Amino acid sequence: MKHCLVVDDSAVIRKVARRILEALAFEVSEAEDGAQALAKCQEAMPEAVLLDWNMPVMDGYEFLKALRQLPGGDRPKVIFCTTENDVAHIAKALQAGADEYIMKPFDKDIVEAKFQEVGLV
Amino acid sequence: MTDADFDYLCTFVRARSGLALTPEKRYLLESRLQPLGRKRGFETLEALVRALRAGDAELERAVVEAMTTNETFFFRDKTPFDTLRNDILPRLLEARASTRALRIWCAAASTGQEPYSLAMMLDQMGERLAGWRIEILGTDLSTQALERARAGLYSQFEVQRGLPVQLLLRYFTQTGDSWQIAPELRQRITFRPFNLMRDFSPLGTFDIVFCRNVLLYFDMAMKADILARIGRQIAPDGCLFLGAAETVIGLGDEVEMHPTLRGVYVPRRRGATRAA
Repeated sequence: MKHCLVVDDSAVIRKVARRILEALAFEVSEAEDGAQALAKCQEAMPEAVLLDWNMPVMDGYEFLKALRQLPGGDRPKVIFCTTENDVAHIAKALQAGADEYIMKPFDKDIVEAKFQEVGLV
Repeated sequence: MTDADFDYLCTFVRARSGLALTPEKRYLLESRLQPLGRKRGFETLEALVRALRAGDAELERAVVEAMTTNETFFFRDKTPFDTLRNDILPRLLEARASTRALRIWCAAASTGQEPYSLAMMLDQMGERLAGWRIEILGTDLSTQALERARAGLYSQFEVQRGLPVQLLLRYFTQTGDSWQIAPELRQRITFRPFNLMRDFSPLGTFDIVFCRNVLLYFDMAMKADILARIGRQIAPDGCLFLGAAETVIGLGDEVEMHPTLRGVYVPRRRGATRAA
């Protein structure tokens, strides 16, 4: 079973994402911010990360840069998932090493399509 | 709705569009026509049917339009686009090297995502297609859907369904909460209203036809008729893409499954098999 780490400071978003990803046969773990997510990745590197942009402690952008420096940190497919929907934000996320980008709000179809796009579904 | 009104609507919709409404689709008919009725000031569906029976031409068009399904998204099912790019196009480009022209028909273009997906895919092929004249025709019964297709304006939800983010950045411009496809891609596609019950011969011959997830709305006789007529509009070395869940089994012999490519159908070699 593939493992997806959901990183978002909103418990509601994490819950919605968990339901969708479990329906897509992912094992799901959660983190509330970038620092917590980085610690989890050091313990066990996931196949995918669904990543929020704006979070306390360490935001998604800082997390992604740090993740890509870790041993094996180039492997997870990272899908940015945020309410920031302007071109500059999307381009910045891709430059930082994101594989795909989901604009909130999202539904199962969109999540499934994006995970298909990166070859995980 | 009375049984008589339901029967009338089924007959009317079938005659105008070919769409087959079976008794279990009664809920669909009601759920599509109730909003239309409210919008046009009819207090009940019975009143709407009365106006329809009286020959309200504008209402006739709106009822048929309301019964069409416009569900679509960019690069839907992904595989057909991979198959086209990797298996079909290389062969066709070689075969058409002298004319450097290709014709593609999206027979149920709806709001445009399928023809635009093709246009983006072809644009990504870059130099290989330099100097080629590639015509993409997108037709649909629904004029409303085609208006949206021509505008090339999509919501945030729509651009996320199947469209890789790199292509979003490359080919779309953000306008508020919407995204509009680049004018140079819009110019490459001709959108026009077309009823699949009509004669296809004025459309000419195509190298590639996409008719995905539309035949499922027709009954067997209509499916066979449409498939046969599409088959006659495809170049002998061209092909037809149907939806992933669709088949030609039991639907005549004008087209047959490609021997190796799933979802791809080819015109049966005229005269060869049937003579056997």
